[in-house]
Amino acid sequence: MNSMRRIGAITTKELKQLSRDRVTFGMVVMIPLIQLLLFGFAINSVVRDIPIAVVDLSGNVAARIITEQVRVTQVVTITAFYDTPAEAEAAIVAGKVRAALVFPENLMQRVTSGQPVGQWLVDGSDTMVGSALLALRSMPLLLGAGAPQDAYRMPDPSFEVALFFNPERRSAVNIVPGLAAIILTMTMIMFTSIALVREREQGNLELLITTPVHSLELMVGKLIPYIFVGIIQVTIILGLGRLIFQVPFQGDFASLAIVTLAFIAASLTLGLLISTIAKTQMQAMQMTFFILIPSILLSGFMFPYEAMPVPAQYISEALPATHFIRLIRGVVLRGANAAQLLPDILWLLAFTTIMLAIATKRFRKSLD
Amino acid sequence: MTESAIQARQLTRHFGDVVAVDGVDLEIPRGQIYGFLGPNGSGKTTIIRMLCGLLTPTAGDISVLGLKIPTQAEALRLKIGYMTQKFSLYDDLTVAENMQFMGRIYGLRRSDARERIEQLLDRYALAAMRDRLAGAMSGGQRQRMALAIATLHSPTVLFLDEPTSAVDPENRRDFWEKLFDLSDGGTTILVSTHYMDEAERCHQLAILETGQLRNHGTPIELMGQLDGRVVEITGSSLRQVKEQALQLPQVQSTAQQGLQLRVLLRRGSTDAVGYLREQLGNTELSIELTKPSLEDVFVASTGSGDGR
Repeated sequence: MNSMRRIGAITTKELKQLSRDRVTFGMVVMIPLIQLLLFGFAINSVVRDIPIAVVDLSGNVAARIITEQVRVTQVVTITAFYDTPAEAEAAIVAGKVRAALVFPENLMQRVTSGQPVGQWLVDGSDTMVGSALLALRSMPLLLGAGAPQDAYRMPDPSFEVALFFNPERRSAVNIVPGLAAIILTMTMIMFTSIALVREREQGNLELLITTPVHSLELMVGKLIPYIFVGIIQVTIILGLGRLIFQVPFQGDFASLAIVTLAFIAASLTLGLLISTIAKTQMQAMQMTFFILIPSILLSGFMFPYEAMPVPAQYISEALPATHFIRLIRGVVLRGANAAQLLPDILWLLAFTTIMLAIATKRFRKSLD
Repeated sequence: MTESAIQARQLTRHFGDVVAVDGVDLEIPRGQIYGFLGPNGSGKTTIIRMLCGLLTPTAGDISVLGLKIPTQAEALRLKIGYMTQKFSLYDDLTVAENMQFMGRIYGLRRSDARERIEQLLDRYALAAMRDRLAGAMSGGQRQRMALAIATLHSPTVLFLDEPTSAVDPENRRDFWEKLFDLSDGGTTILVSTHYMDEAERCHQLAILETGQLRNHGTPIELMGQLDGRVVEITGSSLRQVKEQALQLPQVQSTAQQGLQLRVLLRRGSTDAVGYLREQLGNTELSIELTKPSLEDVFVASTGSGDGR
């Protein structure tokens, strides 16, 4: 009873302080909002409208038909026509275009013999742009009425090409749920890690530890307000993701709540552990970023987990964000329910328990 | 149970190579105001923290209200109030909110807490600023609030670590009035200070220097120890007299106070006036014995280190 009263006292106090700290309170809402708009619009792994030039040495109608087919893929925008490949190369070097499509003089001969019909000159310095154009290499071409249908060989259909060419393929669908993981990692760990360190820095802790409050009560009381903060943030991200980026929601709310709470708990306890190690708010911030950077790069948010080398995958597995990204993409995009995703949920709960145990053990009511 | 509220034997604390507290023995009777007098770094805060169970002694035994510290520190929490040297309440909560928070932390029932808070707001003249943020109050107001909160759960022992360091003399006097009220009600109060006037108000005093207990007793006793050793010299060119006096083997220290030079002689000195008159050889000077002050006690107990 006293224990509940003390936890309640700490939670109430924390909420009051939070509501009076306008900057932090604003951050609770602004971080997800701004990040969502920023990442949702800016991060786009589907490359579109790459400026290219066309060099047609054949003067043949087939060149115009093929050019038109390349243009409608929307991967490229044709911004210039040059007479010689040398001019096109100069334009690439100058950065005016990222690539040039060159049709040789013997275009018709190549079409009829099934040879490659043209050459892409590609600025390979940006790998994303490069691979988008490389994908065009094997795009299927139809020469229509202008040429005999059996006169050339269709290249084998490639599904990567099909994916890229699907105009409905939008990055936001993949980015938004992942963004929930990144933003929660950032805010949850940062807020809690700072919360306890601030009490230490401002001397409040010296008084608190002479009171009957138990370490665990102090920890739990401090975490509760941030659970609400986390729920608000996820709601903002997924709600706006749906409104602005039409991110579908295939799953059920109960599963969403379970996986989100499991991740919030894991992040909060990690923040708590940091707060028992850090001596100053500055150190707490640094440690938060130490966790945040790999959470962005290695969690599967930016790059597919499968593409990472095995040692990176081990690190990835140790990050709560990795498990949450799998969970929330599963629930939101594939309509999976909590039972189907049990291993990752259990992992997060085990992580929470271990972190809370270590943090409580580390936080001794003493100044030694 | 003993009559002492606090007992410590050979209390020692090291921080790495630094010896912060070195074999201190304490015996603090119940219901008294007991003062720790010492310069910064003399170990006052470290001793208080050890007595509260916040720091583990490197060596020595502590018993507070019959409880072994630090092993039984949790049982002690409800019985002690602690006012830290640095203001340790929440700047971004109001006076009333701070009190409500600590009341709940101490497990006071809502109705009891409300009643107690009203009582304390009234007693410590804080009622008018109950809704003011703690961060927006003056030093004296914060001090009153901190004391009110330290006594919220009616503790038997109060630890006050330099409670008046940021308070003007007027507020300091009020503050001490409150301490005497509490002491009158049976509360044992341990207060550290580096103000002589405050130390003089304590029932008993311990003088600390570099972690060691240099002297202890009631202020009257302590000053009595110096009878016959404090001399006041009046006359001209006192700066020169001072230089001259400091060369004498029997002189422990000198301090000029306006037109007078106060000279403290070493322990064992007899006929202080005659000795000085002979040694200084200046017939124009008026040399008289005077009543020792607590400052003399402090200087005699510390500084050159040969103590009582």
